Order: sequence, then C-alpha cells, then structure tokens
Amino acid sequence: MDQLVEKFLSGDRRALARIISRVENQTPEGRAYVRDLFPHSGRAHTIGVTGGAGSGKSTLTGALAAEYRRRGHTVGIVAVDPSSPFTQGAILGDRIRMQDLTLDPGVYVRSMASRGALGGLAPSIDDVVSIMDAFGFDYVLIETVGAGQDEVEIAGTALTTILVNNPGTGDDIQAMKAGIIEIADILVVNKADHPGADVLVSQLQALLSLAPAGSRRPPILKTTAIRGEGIAELADAVAGHRAGLEHSGELEQQRAADARHQVLAIARAILLERIRRATPEEELDGLVRRVAARELDPHTAAEELAAAAGQ
Amino acid sequence: MTAPGAPKIRVLIAKPGLDGHDRGAKVVARALRDGGCEVIYTGIRQTPEMVAEAALQEDVDVVGLSILSGAHLELFPRVVEELKKRGVDDVLLFCGGIIPEEDTKQLEDLGFAAIFRPGTNTQDIVKFVYDHVKK
Repeated sequence: MDQLVEKFLSGDRRALARIISRVENQTPEGRAYVRDLFPHSGRAHTIGVTGGAGSGKSTLTGALAAEYRRRGHTVGIVAVDPSSPFTQGAILGDRIRMQDLTLDPGVYVRSMASRGALGGLAPSIDDVVSIMDAFGFDYVLIETVGAGQDEVEIAGTALTTILVNNPGTGDDIQAMKAGIIEIADILVVNKADHPGADVLVSQLQALLSLAPAGSRRPPILKTTAIRGEGIAELADAVAGHRAGLEHSGELEQQRAADARHQVLAIARAILLERIRRATPEEELDGLVRRVAARELDPHTAAEELAAAAGQ
Repeated sequence: MTAPGAPKIRVLIAKPGLDGHDRGAKVVARALRDGGCEVIYTGIRQTPEMVAEAALQEDVDVVGLSILSGAHLELFPRVVEELKKRGVDDVLLFCGGIIPEEDTKQLEDLGFAAIFRPGTNTQDIVKFVYDHVKK
C-alpha cells in the first residue's frame, strides 16, 4: 500500500492534507487516492452551509463545528472561496472566522478555491469531501462561495443543506423566487440581533405556507452565530433532518441521487477532456474564429468537435 | 500566470504576535493573488502553533510571515520549531516587515529564503515565489 494511504488510515493529518492537494489538482495520482479511500467513506454526516457573501457562513460554520466538539464529535471543514476569473489566483479567508478551532485536534479546516467551477463549489469538491469522510470525521461541513440565487450544487454534495439568510436583504418576493431557497433543508436567519429578523422569519414562514400541501417544510431558525446563539438548536435541527430522512427511507434515495449526479458530472468532464484532446488547439482556434465572425453557428461548431472525438 | 486547471501555488500569509498592523500582509496577499497564487490569509494575532497548524492543514508550498512589532527573533524561531514538530519541513519560508539588517543572518540560518522590507516592489515577491516553487 502507498505509504501516504497507510499514514492517512492511521489518522495522520499531514497525510490527509497532502492527499487532498493531489485530489484537488485532479491528477491521475489524485484519482487513484479517491479510488483507494472511497470504500472508507460514507459514514460522515455531510452538511452544506450556503448563503450570500457576508451572511455569516464562516462564523456559523465555525460555531456549528464548536457545538459538535462540545458534543464529543470530530469535524472536518471545507471552505470554498472564489478564484479570480482573470488570474486564477484566490484569497482564501474563511479560516479567519474559525481561529478558535485551529489547535483543536478534533477539527481539520481546509480552504479551497473555486477554480472556475460554477455553482458555489470547486471542481473536486465531491472527491475532497469523500476523502475527509474516509478520514473518519463524524461531520464534514462544506461552506460554499457566497451564493446568490442559483447556486444549488451544494444540495448534491451535502446530505443536509443550511441556507443562511440575513435581515434587511430584500422583500418577500426575493424569497419567493425559484432557486437556492428550494434546496434548503434548514433555513437560518443569522445576525438575528439586527433589526428586521422577526419580519424575515415571518416572511419565510408565509412563503413556505404557499408551498403545495405535502411538500417539504424546512424549519426556520434564528441564530446570532458570532455569539453562539441558536447554534445548539441548529445542531438539533440538522440531526432532525437526518433522522427524518432515515425514517422515511429517503436517505437511500438521496444518496443514490447524489451518486448519480456525481457520476454524470465526472463522465461529462471525461468527455469534454476527450473532445479537447481530439482537436488540436489551432483547429479549435479556427473553429471559434469562424463562430465569432458569424460564418458558423455555435451548435454546428460544437457538433463538429464532438464528432471529431467520437471517431 | 498559471493556466486554469493547473496546480496552483498555495501560500499562507500569517501575522504572528500582537501587533495589529496588517496592511503590509494584505498588500502582499493581494499581489500573490493577482500573480495567480491561492493565498490563505489567517489574519492578525496568530500564535506560532496556529501558524504551523494552518500550514499543515492547508498543505501550503510557501509560508510568509509579517511582523512589525520587533518580536521576530522571539516568534519566528518558534514558528520554525512548530513547523518541524509537525513534519512540515519542505515549505518555502519568507518574511517581511520592520526587520533590522543585523538580524538577516540569524533569520537566514533559521531557513528564511528572503526578507522583504518596506519599499519592496510586490512584483519582486511574486517573482521570488514563482522562482522557488516548482509546480
């Protein structure tokens, strides 16, 4: 067995960190690690924390992790921040809000850059979460990039998705729009010490009451994460969500749906890679120039690329 | 500087000690970001243990320390010691801030590959990182 895998399985955090880097870089070596370690995963409760930029996701994630520590559990955290679309560089600053956890041997925090992925996560997020799960953490918390209305990918990665809202960020029509609010398993009104928190809670309640009978009604909780208020209740709600899924038999269905989503995403990436490899860069350049000059439509150009890969 | 999808250089920028002047650290973090690095910024008032632990968890290639309090000869050896204790022995170390010339040798002996003082062109720091880290 690979020495790094051996160390990983014995609980060496540096081995965990090194393997995550290789997985994140999506090298063949990284894929081999996922293959070796995937059978050890599947035990952790994965929890997504999403919401707007500045809504308090990092602080809430840190506070929730601290609550799990108080309850005697171990926690892995993956926090995603955006990569620059121009330089591909990134400032990863989520750790700043989680300082108290840095020296806790039961917590591991990893910052990830989105590296061009859409949807608020990073290209290798599912693999990195599997690796953390395989390491043996009881909970893996996944904090997304600051999300707006349509970043719903987290629902396919985490078992329980928490959507963080704040008072004073829009009227009830904002909340009525489709998208991110539909994937929330738990709605949190964070910064509940700010004016307007109760108004937002009643707006969200009113919104949920418009949903068709029999549809899911996510609980709405108030938190002031920076002071740890409402966090124990949030941890209880997360446990309640999982218990509900187990009780109804939906847990298996959701796992299958997530696996399907993941497998198709990887298959899509493999096919795209094949297409890119089948067509030399100059040829691709020529093709897109014709599209830019309106000599060729983009669908025909894409068909040509796909056909070249199929030969 | 790097193509999308290519492995990125990961840099930890940290401020050990008690001074709260983080302007320089932020300027350097931003310059490295614009240079295509992934920069983990942990903020002010870090203990040597916290810096080393963050370097381990984030599996960084580079650790840059900023200090303006004058406590560098007190704190930097402890950061290096904490890194070693955790087996993090292959990171590129650099530092910056108010660091007297006569302390250069001692810091070099500790393993700091560069010291950037006030007035440094940020592009020199970016170039230093890319010259020293192979990805």
